[in-house]
Amino acid sequence: MNEADIALFLDAAVRLGVPLSLAALGETVSERSGVINIGLEGSIIAGALGGALGALAFESAGLGVVAGAGAGLVVALVFAVFAIGMGADQIITGTAVTLGGLGLTGAIYQARFGATGTELSLPTLAAAPVPVLSNVPWVGSALFDQAPTAYFAYVLAPLVWLYLFRTAWGLELRAVGESPRAAQAAGVGVLRVRFFATLFGGVMAGIAGAHLSLAHAGTFSEGMSAGKGFIAIAVVVLGRWNPILVLAAGLLFGAASALQFFLQALGLDLPYQLFLALPYVLTLAALAGWVGRARAPAALALPWDPE
Amino acid sequence: MTDPIAGAPPPDVPRRRLGSTDSLLIGGAAVALTAAVGTALLWLGGYDSLAAGRAMLSGSLGGWDVFVSITLVRAVPLILTGLAVALAFRAGVWNIGAEGQLYAGAIAAVWVGLGGGGLPAPLLVPCVLVAAAAGGAAWALVPTLMRVRLGVGEVITTILMNFVGIHLAAYMVHGPLQESRGVFPQTDQIVAAARLPRLLPGTRLHIGFAIGIALVIVLAFVVRRTRFGFHLRAVGASPAAAAVSGRIDTSRVIVVSFLASGAIAGLAGGVEISGLTFALYENLSPGWGYTAIAVALLAGLSPGGVVVTGVFFGALQAGAGAMQRDAGIPAAWVGVVEALVILAVLALDRTRRVRREGGR
Repeated sequence: MNEADIALFLDAAVRLGVPLSLAALGETVSERSGVINIGLEGSIIAGALGGALGALAFESAGLGVVAGAGAGLVVALVFAVFAIGMGADQIITGTAVTLGGLGLTGAIYQARFGATGTELSLPTLAAAPVPVLSNVPWVGSALFDQAPTAYFAYVLAPLVWLYLFRTAWGLELRAVGESPRAAQAAGVGVLRVRFFATLFGGVMAGIAGAHLSLAHAGTFSEGMSAGKGFIAIAVVVLGRWNPILVLAAGLLFGAASALQFFLQALGLDLPYQLFLALPYVLTLAALAGWVGRARAPAALALPWDPE
Repeated sequence: MTDPIAGAPPPDVPRRRLGSTDSLLIGGAAVALTAAVGTALLWLGGYDSLAAGRAMLSGSLGGWDVFVSITLVRAVPLILTGLAVALAFRAGVWNIGAEGQLYAGAIAAVWVGLGGGGLPAPLLVPCVLVAAAAGGAAWALVPTLMRVRLGVGEVITTILMNFVGIHLAAYMVHGPLQESRGVFPQTDQIVAAARLPRLLPGTRLHIGFAIGIALVIVLAFVVRRTRFGFHLRAVGASPAAAAVSGRIDTSRVIVVSFLASGAIAGLAGGVEISGLTFALYENLSPGWGYTAIAVALLAGLSPGGVVVTGVFFGALQAGAGAMQRDAGIPAAWVGVVEALVILAVLALDRTRRVRREGGR
């Protein structure tokens, strides 16, 4: 194993970690408001297809990301109408939204490009090296020679932290997630805050999906989200609902997914299918080891009826 | 007591008895609502909704043989996984992992069925099915232990185990269990003595269907008429209240129902192998473990209701195949329809509750 292998591994780690971090940062905000959105997976796959179709239609990867964000938002809106507006069970609503998102994107893709799945040639989000920083030895090129969506994640984490812990709005949102009754008594619109937080989560998951199709794969394939929405929810737990730690945990899990390249470079010949199972196994192991130390928002997953 | 992952309270879903006015009303309205929204979506997609409906009906109910050999055969894994989910949800256990448990059961079944040890069918078939159930239960054991020992909520862990199970099955058919010719990613066929007999001669329907019905009867009895069933319902309704009562060992109830749920889902995989495909291959299940959630919810978590909704979704999947063939509509639409059914049940249940509580 040489320097080039390590560079390859680190680059893959960040590229795979960015969508996890983005989706998890969005989910951090919605969970802080007391909403767990299992439909995140649906928003990610919608973002991936929306990103691909948008990039094709506008002949611009940047506008593709905007389209992906919009698609993620629409899916989250469906979730919000049922789980927040009607107070329906969040887990079941989220499961339905994920099923529907995977089905609808598959149907639209097949209708548009045929059942066999023609390779799409998309305008892709090219890596844009940051001057100076990308030349830092070891980690420079991995962290700072990436698609713009990666930089967005780096900037988003501290901004979400500031919002949650240093603004009055963030305080309101956390109050809603800890004690909706107290928040309502203090004049906070619980449902309004939860709607906003969930839609924000949907937009971030949509951008994560667009990163998958436009920056990572360069194409769309059915079910390409491959459970990243669920891993992202685990990442939120591992990051203890703290945006900075969540960003780090997302990148760490990207590294876990990139282990494939690393182990292959080491000459270890594990079967391909077991490599594919690795990220899920590692997520389970991490949850088993770390979760006891974290505390979820007290009102997480509890519906709220304002009357 | 907060659940560290989901914070998930027990499933807040309506429980309805089969045949009650409530179940007929909500079930019928949910199906009608789904049909309306589904038709509108197909129309928006530029499809001929009428042709779609015709293909759907002829592919699922178009004659006795179609109904028995296609619809009922498709319904078998849905009834079994639907039962698995209904049982878990009744006990307040979020088992979203029927898909992975099904694959674990299928792997175990094919492993026993390939060797067979020269046993005669009356011995080998039960061995295959027991292995499948044990495989499913083993798959559920990880999230079960994580919940009761470590306090990790099962929503995410069961979903993660699904991915592990699917990839493990893929590994098996590419690696250790690949067919002896070594060409396709599938196993050899299991020995004849490991196969389920046909239920109706001349059709493809195997006795897996009867096994499903028998399980329904057993579960309905256990849930409604036994002490354990009472404890299970109590824990499902409110774990805190059940624990405070001091007479219910909530952990035990959760462990037993979680593992039983996994075993039933595993059995679904074993029955599919031993009754229909005789071999394991990649993508054996088109997501039955997830469809099972819609099956269980539409049934109001009633075991008897699961038979009805399992056949309904079996017809839907059979019809979807015909829609793709005859009307060019992607089969992926089934996922959309399942989502619509779940959302319709949630919405209708909500309106009904608001009406009831409005009278206070």
